[in-house]
Amino acid sequence: MAAPMTPPTPPASSALMIEATGVEKWYPNGFHALRGASLTVRRGEVVVIMGPSGSGKSTFIRTFNALEDFQKGSITVDGITLSNDVRQIDAIRREVGMVFQQFNLFPHLSVLENLTLAPVLVRKRPRSEVEGQAMALLERVGIAEQAGKFPGQLSGGQQQRVAIARALCMEPRILLFDEPTSSLDPEMVREVLEVMQALAHDDITMVVVTHEVRFARQVAHRVVLMDQGEVVEEAEPETFFTAPRHERTRRFLEQIL
Amino acid sequence: MPQPGLADTPSSLRPSPLRRLQRSLAPTVADGLLSLGLIALLLWVGLQLASWAIGRADWAVLQLNSMLLLVGRYPLAEQWRLWLLAGLLAVQAGLSWGLLRAWPRADRSLQGWLWPRHDRIAALCVGLLALLLPAALQLALPLQARWWLLAAALLALRWAAGRWGTRLHRHQLRLVGLLWPVLYLAGLWLIGGGLGLPRVASGDWGGLLLTLLLASFAMALSFPLGVLLALGRRSSLPLLRWGSVVYIEFIRGAPLITLLFIGQNILGFLLPSGLAPDRVWRAAWVLIFFAAAYLAEAVRSGLAAVPRGQLEAARSLGLSQAQALVQVVIPQALRVALPTMVGQFIALLQDTTLLSLIGLLDLLGTARGIMANPEFLGHSSELYLVLAVLYWGCCASLGLGSRALERRLDPRSEPTRG
Repeated sequence: MAAPMTPPTPPASSALMIEATGVEKWYPNGFHALRGASLTVRRGEVVVIMGPSGSGKSTFIRTFNALEDFQKGSITVDGITLSNDVRQIDAIRREVGMVFQQFNLFPHLSVLENLTLAPVLVRKRPRSEVEGQAMALLERVGIAEQAGKFPGQLSGGQQQRVAIARALCMEPRILLFDEPTSSLDPEMVREVLEVMQALAHDDITMVVVTHEVRFARQVAHRVVLMDQGEVVEEAEPETFFTAPRHERTRRFLEQIL
Repeated sequence: MPQPGLADTPSSLRPSPLRRLQRSLAPTVADGLLSLGLIALLLWVGLQLASWAIGRADWAVLQLNSMLLLVGRYPLAEQWRLWLLAGLLAVQAGLSWGLLRAWPRADRSLQGWLWPRHDRIAALCVGLLALLLPAALQLALPLQARWWLLAAALLALRWAAGRWGTRLHRHQLRLVGLLWPVLYLAGLWLIGGGLGLPRVASGDWGGLLLTLLLASFAMALSFPLGVLLALGRRSSLPLLRWGSVVYIEFIRGAPLITLLFIGQNILGFLLPSGLAPDRVWRAAWVLIFFAAAYLAEAVRSGLAAVPRGQLEAARSLGLSQAQALVQVVIPQALRVALPTMVGQFIALLQDTTLLSLIGLLDLLGTARGIMANPEFLGHSSELYLVLAVLYWGCCASLGLGSRALERRLDPRSEPTRG
């Protein structure tokens, strides 16, 4: 699982996987969460989104798989434009995996069943085949021996690794991470980041909301700063952390570095 | 996860039995006096009851009416059908109980000959009930023997299924749950007749049979209706939501007895004449609609307890709203709501006594009929005591079953044993 520590080479001009333009969102209570946020992500790219809490970064990536709706702007994911059409939303969700801060494993199902549920139900694949793939994925994230256990019996780090494997089992083209290490004990952050780092070397497109500076420096192709519902800065990791162009980025970096 | 129990503590650190008794009954002098007082009170009540039961009570009233209390006026020649049904139920109950235990858990290696402690308690209760209930009804010895046989079959199957059930595949285990509705339909056929069996009119069903039949019918059908109402109440469609709210609040605001009278009088007008059910089934439908409103509230509290992230995780994996509800949200909600729902079921079972007020001969109605007979005047205490034992037995087994299910559904429960 130990991935090379050098940042992977940024992909050439490959296809656009996510194209969000001028996204605006108001919550029902009137809070203006997104104020014209825009972002493009190319195939195979790893984009890290940082920003102070309440800056709208979670809300933003949750619009990519329609967990949050938005009022203005447009989002195109893997060639499908997000609208209110339920079938399109389901089609997008099949191609976009998501890993949550709170893991959100299904506590009433075993680890293996957590992985096999969606491929069997949604992709209609034969159970035996999916189980083989699920075991291989669990092997890959280093917890194959826990396949028969229930999520409540695992540590936080193990649960998050299961959650990553669960998302991968649907063979998504895009993986969204919503603060995947924020609710983990410090000693468990590493094991999850290592799994994510290994993933980054695959073809998969990743958008990661995180506060892990080291991960952003070593793995990301681009780092994005969001503040007050808009994208403030967008740069390669080296530039972002050493020579940011915007004052707000500088202030943010002073607080976290 | 193995629970650290007494067995794991080194024996040198374990207090002696006498010391444990002292610690639990009389940690201080005041507690000791309280314990002594309570023990004395219990002894006195027990002695009084025993002396009444042996000396003054006249149990002939039970012996003469035992079959009436059990099955009402069900024709003698057809009663084999009820025994067959009881036998099938015992087999199915034993299998389900054992296989519930054998359900594959985290650690399959822990298997032994001993039953887990809770199961030993439950088995003891089943044994006690099998001895107490026929005795309480003063059944003839051959009939008592049949009850004992049924209980023995139930326990033997529990043991066998628990011992060898782990070798079955998970999907085979699921089939046992599906057998219950099949068995239920078969039971209705056996009781009511038709399709080759002579018909027994519902007016002839009575006693414990009618009580259990109506209660189980109401439980079985009010459950899905309650889940639908609970989902309706949380729906984003205003019409569905308000419809559910009005229904639930109307039913919960009206006493069951008024609903039963309404049902007897109005249901006949509402439905086309061919479909209008007879009095027994009219009451059954009222019970279903009544219980569903209360169940809906229990399920709603369960739904509220499932974190929002569960639905989001399911949806982000591509599951449709319906799939996410059925596979992820509802199973977790039901587990939370289970204790409340069983409480409602127990209340429902006791509510069936109201049927005697609309003239149905359920267990209480039959007993009141017997008490009204001049021949048995002055023996109501004996009858009431037996009724209490019977109702307690039914409710206790519901409670035991629910607690077993609860533990089994707990994802952190201990691994399989026996």
